[in-house]
Amino acid sequence: MANFFNEMYADGGAKVRPHYRAFEDWLAEQPSDMLARKRAEADLIFRRVGITFAVYGSDAGTERLIPFDIIPRIIPSSEWQQLQAGLKQRVQALNLFIHDIYHDQNIVKAGVLPADQVFRNAQYRPEMQGISVASDIYAHIAGVDIVRAGAGEFYVLEDNLRVPSGVSYMLEDRKMMMRLFPDLFARHKVAPVAHYPDLLLDMLRSVAPQGVDNPTVVVMTPGMYNSAYFEHAFLAQQMGVELVEGQDLFVNDNHVYMRTTRGPKRVDVIYRRVDDDFLDPLVFRSDSSLGVAGLLSVYRAGRVTLANAIGTGVADDKSIYPYVPDMIRFYLTEEPILNNVPTYQCRRKDDLQYTLDHLSELVVKEVHGAGGYGMLVGPASTKAEIENFRERLIAKPEGYISQPTLALSACPTYVESGIAPRHIDLRPFVLSGKTVTMVPGGLTRVALKEGSLVVNSSQGGGTKDTWVLEN
Amino acid sequence: MLSRTADHLFWMARYTERAENTARMLDVNIQTQLLPQSAEAAEQGWRAVLGISELQPAFDEKYGLVSRKDVIDFMVRDPDNGSSIIACLTQARENARAVRGTLTTEVWETQNTTWLEMNVLLKDKVLQRDPSEFFEWVKHRSHLSRGVTIGTMLKDESFYFIRLGTFLERADNTARLLDVKFHGEDHELLGATDRDFYHWAAVLRSVSAFETYRKAYRDVITPERVAELLILRGDMPRSLIACMNEVVNNLAEVRNDISAETERFAGRLHADLKFNSMDDILKHGLHDYLTEFLEHVYELGNRVSRDFLLPLAA
Repeated sequence: MANFFNEMYADGGAKVRPHYRAFEDWLAEQPSDMLARKRAEADLIFRRVGITFAVYGSDAGTERLIPFDIIPRIIPSSEWQQLQAGLKQRVQALNLFIHDIYHDQNIVKAGVLPADQVFRNAQYRPEMQGISVASDIYAHIAGVDIVRAGAGEFYVLEDNLRVPSGVSYMLEDRKMMMRLFPDLFARHKVAPVAHYPDLLLDMLRSVAPQGVDNPTVVVMTPGMYNSAYFEHAFLAQQMGVELVEGQDLFVNDNHVYMRTTRGPKRVDVIYRRVDDDFLDPLVFRSDSSLGVAGLLSVYRAGRVTLANAIGTGVADDKSIYPYVPDMIRFYLTEEPILNNVPTYQCRRKDDLQYTLDHLSELVVKEVHGAGGYGMLVGPASTKAEIENFRERLIAKPEGYISQPTLALSACPTYVESGIAPRHIDLRPFVLSGKTVTMVPGGLTRVALKEGSLVVNSSQGGGTKDTWVLEN
Repeated sequence: MLSRTADHLFWMARYTERAENTARMLDVNIQTQLLPQSAEAAEQGWRAVLGISELQPAFDEKYGLVSRKDVIDFMVRDPDNGSSIIACLTQARENARAVRGTLTTEVWETQNTTWLEMNVLLKDKVLQRDPSEFFEWVKHRSHLSRGVTIGTMLKDESFYFIRLGTFLERADNTARLLDVKFHGEDHELLGATDRDFYHWAAVLRSVSAFETYRKAYRDVITPERVAELLILRGDMPRSLIACMNEVVNNLAEVRNDISAETERFAGRLHADLKFNSMDDILKHGLHDYLTEFLEHVYELGNRVSRDFLLPLAA
């Protein structure tokens, strides 16, 4: 993994890139113990503020900090412009795709996408067939994972269209950086991100059911033991709306109400952070206590908006991912601005054979997996791990895709041994309502272990503040 | 606001207040134990502590013999005892965490820091070294939590439900404190002896009212006046009537379509304190009076839950 792209230095470390020059100058002026001091300060503040996440499978109730790295990831304005145009284009096409497959299915009829791959997909929701949603938008909030490979070119790694998380860390990381290093911000023109909750609320209000003048918006959480609970509470507070659980809502007379101290109050837009399966025990999992009985029937009648819509998972599934560039061409008649990573679909005989022959070089992912669970990073795995995975792959090839192991770009990061490059990715957030909007940047995740390519917080990843520089 | 949110706020406040009163009670008992006294009397003092919270059976089952160390352990850091300080402060923090978005940042950080520091303090063997230092800390954190609530929160429903929780819990705790002290005596209100002075002084100190008593009565300490101060004096911030006064006012602020009966119930409880006299209460029997009061406070708590916090589905 020697020839990765270094975000800060060019020519193998000999030359600092122009957009990092002012930062490097500043760093050189700082006393040697400053970084250690500031990092300790950041840890203390994060713990006191309670910016923590729960880890599945570890001791119940434990809360951990997501490690915060104090060296920012800097993106020059020109690169951001291109990224932003590509992201908006991509999410627009994905929304058109979801609408299409739940209505006329033109893309299947045109032969761009095989029918069985859509309709036999576990994430396809027949309950949504023919249902109209406000403004025809399904993926209101999308978190698209972007990586940068060897020569500095960007790739989309995956489109998260269900309940993408991480935006609270983007906002808190910025707040922390401004608190720790105000002088840095005086020296750089860093595009602000703090208005994200405003954009989000604006978007949510714009997709209220027809005829509702002053919509009541709520955030719906599975509860305080969910790993992203901090974010749910944070967003509700920042938008000034109620944070509800399933037990707080009920359906009456084909409307959704919340139980309040002054009696029932109607709810119009639900920004739900609960998976499809748990939303309505009458339709989906009957053992779910997180949902609201009857919610789906109100939704289908167009009396409440769910953001994101039910059934978006069919578009961010890894088996559909290879077709996104074709979707862009099909719906927008434009060439995709952002590249896909070349992908082998193990459901195809040739692709499976290729994957089996090259396991030690490839990254193999579960089609429905998320969070860095259940994947194989060939070059970083032992022989035994690879053989173990080979058996799983042969047993259920349609459950996997494989991709070449990308040399993810690296950014200088403050670790035990000092400042050293660590691999990173980027998750920008795209909001789609009446219009498509974004704040500049996103969440940069960093793999803190030397050489590691897994940036997920559940697997020991950290985060960095992400700066888009204004010209 | 959401009923569940109100419920969390109400209980956050109750648990914080309960932790404070438990700390007060334990601290005073430690002070009292410094007086020369028989082993039986000392044990009696610790039994009274358990009796206040109706925890004697739970304690007996786990520990058997009553000793200072075990009672303190049980009441401070036994997670199995739902009324221990560790359990109360953990519950207060969990309730706050569930509604952190409704609280100001400072209120949430105060609750969270209390919990974080408690875990450090208890690991640090502060209880063996100097329990009073720990109780002092609990009181301070409670003061801080109340102060930051008043100082930073919007005076809206959130605030009123927090205050409702605080004063309902305090009314309960003050009544229990008094009741055990009087009930512990063979006969109610026997003539004061020298030894009694220290006991009544201890009761006053447990509610920070020793100096207040001197100021209010400018006279020797008598059990009747101690009872009067803690039951009927509206200007004494931990007295039953002062607590009920706040309960009634905060209830009126959150009034809804179905809460009229509950307000009436609270109003009668308040009026009874307001128009009662110590003579009448003593004639009635102080223990009986306090027992009835505790039952009514319990009933009032249930009514608040029913009307506001856990309404049945419409």
